[in-house]
Amino acid sequence: MASPQMNGSEIVLKALRDQGVDVIFGYPGGAVLPIYDALHEQNALRHILVRHEQAAVHSAEGYARSTGKVGVVLVTSGPGATNAVTGLTDALMDSVPVVCLTGQVPTHLIGNDAFQEADTTGITRPCTKHNYLVKDVDDLARVIHEAFYVARSGRPGPVVIDLPKDVQQAKSDSYIGPEDVKHQSYRPQVKAESQAISAAVQMIAKAKRPLFYTGGGVINAGDKASVLLSRFARALGAPVTSTLMGLGSMPASDPLFLGMLGMHGTYEANLAMYNCDVMINVGARFDDRVTGRLDEFSPRSQKIHIDIDPSSINKNVVVDLPIIGDVAHVLDDLLKAWKRSGNKLNQKALKAWWAQIEEWRGRDCLKFANSKSIIKPQHAIQRLYELTKDRDAYITTEVGQHQMWAAQFYKFEKPRHWMTSGGLGTMGYGLPAAAGVQVAHPEALVIDIAGEASILMNIQELSTVAQYDLPVKVFIINNQWMGMVRQWQELLHGSRYSQSYTASLPDFVKLAEAFGAVGLRASKPGELDDKIMEMIESPRPVVFDCMVDQTENCFPMIPSGAAHYEMLLGPEDKASKPISEEGMVLV
Amino acid sequence: MVPRDQTIERRTMAVLVDNEPGVLARVIGLFSGRGYNIESLTVSEVDPVQGLSRITVITSGTPQILEQIKAQLDRLVPVHRVSDLTREGPCVERELVLVKVSGRGNKRVESLRIADIFRARVVDSSQQHFVFEVTGSSEKLDVFIDMMRPLGLVDVSRTGVVAIARGPKGF
Ligand SMILES: Cc1cc2nc3c(=O)[nH]c(=O)nc-3n(C[C@H](O)[C@H](O)[C@H](O)COP(=O)(O)OP(=O)(O)OC[C@H]3O[C@@H](n4cnc5c(N)ncnc54)[C@H](O)[C@@H]3O)c2cc1C
Ligand SMILES: Cc1ncc(C[n+]2csc(CCOP(=O)(O)OP(=O)(O)O)c2C)c(N)n1
Repeated sequence: MASPQMNGSEIVLKALRDQGVDVIFGYPGGAVLPIYDALHEQNALRHILVRHEQAAVHSAEGYARSTGKVGVVLVTSGPGATNAVTGLTDALMDSVPVVCLTGQVPTHLIGNDAFQEADTTGITRPCTKHNYLVKDVDDLARVIHEAFYVARSGRPGPVVIDLPKDVQQAKSDSYIGPEDVKHQSYRPQVKAESQAISAAVQMIAKAKRPLFYTGGGVINAGDKASVLLSRFARALGAPVTSTLMGLGSMPASDPLFLGMLGMHGTYEANLAMYNCDVMINVGARFDDRVTGRLDEFSPRSQKIHIDIDPSSINKNVVVDLPIIGDVAHVLDDLLKAWKRSGNKLNQKALKAWWAQIEEWRGRDCLKFANSKSIIKPQHAIQRLYELTKDRDAYITTEVGQHQMWAAQFYKFEKPRHWMTSGGLGTMGYGLPAAAGVQVAHPEALVIDIAGEASILMNIQELSTVAQYDLPVKVFIINNQWMGMVRQWQELLHGSRYSQSYTASLPDFVKLAEAFGAVGLRASKPGELDDKIMEMIESPRPVVFDCMVDQTENCFPMIPSGAAHYEMLLGPEDKASKPISEEGMVLV
Repeated sequence: MVPRDQTIERRTMAVLVDNEPGVLARVIGLFSGRGYNIESLTVSEVDPVQGLSRITVITSGTPQILEQIKAQLDRLVPVHRVSDLTREGPCVERELVLVKVSGRGNKRVESLRIADIFRARVVDSSQQHFVFEVTGSSEKLDVFIDMMRPLGLVDVSRTGVVAIARGPKGF
């Protein structure tokens, strides 16, 4: 039966609704005017008008990461599409499901250097999981449904659909719904081979010093995966460390949790990683920020690696037992198999392992010299945490020292409450991401922990936040430096601070007011709590300018190219040997 | 840590893909973007009904890189199957070359004689030239081209390698 005639733009909106979409982040332009026209005629889909297309993608990422749904973006051709590229790359690196619709010049003009033409599929091919150019309106519905399937299945990622303007206007009576679309070839494996599960049970049973190394894959696999993770870790009594992207999957308050590992991870997490004998990697990808020097990375462990993407296996670190599948499925099977086996870990060995870990914990590696006269950035985040921990807050960040301090000092008890740009490290991510989170959770407390340099990269989004009354809080750890750059220059470049000081910063309080938000400032430790409370209790968007110590460095730190045991714990710790040439070239 | 094997190996891989716009750019972009080698790459539609093309690619790298290449190809959305023909059993590899030799006199006679030895076919000729077609392993074509060089070789066009597994089983 032929469905009634619709034009391409109506098909787009119908397909989005059939995919369960309720909000689009976008910015109009000539090549998408037909879709904006169709949007105007309906109320089912909400459109959030951002102020820059990069921000549209970050907002969609914040929306997606905090809900588990696919984030949707709509931008115009040419500059609209090229502006979105950083956001798409960010979503690719951090495995965030996003569908981005880009306008394109009409099909007969493609290739003519037409006004606002860009080779969008060419440009975005390496920064998307997949992309499409739709030349025939009869393909449109199928392509959109396929795009959602590809974006959310397997290892999630961004998908671009390039839509020439004539296709948006062409009529078709061949609409098909999601249930009628089956992808020809893409079928990621979600359930693991049973041999792999039993091999893992056997390997774990022999462990004396087991360790879970968990990552963003646990978050991607849904809340059930996080529950299963804690259950399995408790069943074993084994310690758990997480990457930056996995924070929240294991409750930070759980005694089994050792904190984040890696370059700015805790002493106990990194030494446990170095010394463990069986490592269970659950949805983490052995990133260089985690492994440090590869030939000294966890050198004596047998490694189990659970990942849905076979290309993550043996990419950086060769493992002993790969398990391909979705974390939730695999953990479910593993936990059942473990219980069925009746195995128990060697309790004497486990006790000794924990005694060792407690000794490392005793170093209290996150302690810092607090001050009565000046706000220490760590203290600011600690106070923010203490004053918001009972409010189920969602935290996003920008990129730099403040991001690392947020990861260290904000304790996450649940998944999907922590949104940060890990893989690409995109300054300017946090504010638009927070806006996206707030759109998804209108009643929640959403805070962007920011640096004063990063926030200027997408500061225009204060205008978006004001327009939609999104009560996002921007908590700026203002050290007046690109702190992370300054820290590297201090440690690696003889304190030659080339271009890392920001002169003539704006007055953030006035800036907030200019955008219609509330501006607050704290410069003394004594006023911090009251001002934070004022921020939390405000029903409006707030920019909080927290003036902190300008020269504080972020510790612990594993200098680039060093091994886990070569960690610097504080300013008094000098690198045991000068950083190698090899280390110097690493980022 | 499991030590890495650093020996460089050469592999022939077959990749079955949806014959859709941009699919070749995707595969080539993967190789250049991740710094993998391409020694030879051929592509053509093999199943017009289902719209499938087959890419044959010859690449080289350490065992770990080769495993990555296969996994990275496999995760491209329009890719149906990747097979490492070199590893998965014996395979037949063939390439075709067209070689143009211009000249007169003895050299012309000599080129015909050599072409005969290589079972080359003459696919175009005049008083002044031959175009030879030779099929075989890439090494055989290399030798043929080298031998034609002093005899007036003016142009070469090669297809790149196509390959198929030996034995009764399909892809
Ligand atoms: C300034 C800065 C400093 C940093 N310092 C650190 C640091 O000290 N420590 C640290 O950990 N990170 C740090 N990072 C982040 C780092 O760069 C990486 O982004 C991060 O380590 C990657 O986390 P991950 O391994 O969990 O992988 P992700 O990027 O989250 O990837 C997830 C993995 O899980 C797989 N996966 C996805 N979904 C599923 C599923 N459903 N089932 C199974 N598998 C799945 C994917 O295939 C992938 O392999 C820093 C970043 C910045 C910007
Ligand atoms: C878009 C972009 N450009 C450059 C960088 C490199 N970079 C990483 S951290 C940083 C400084 C961030 O400064 P700020 O936002 O003030 O945070 P702080 O480190 O001081 O907490 C820079 C420039 C980046 N990550 N992203």
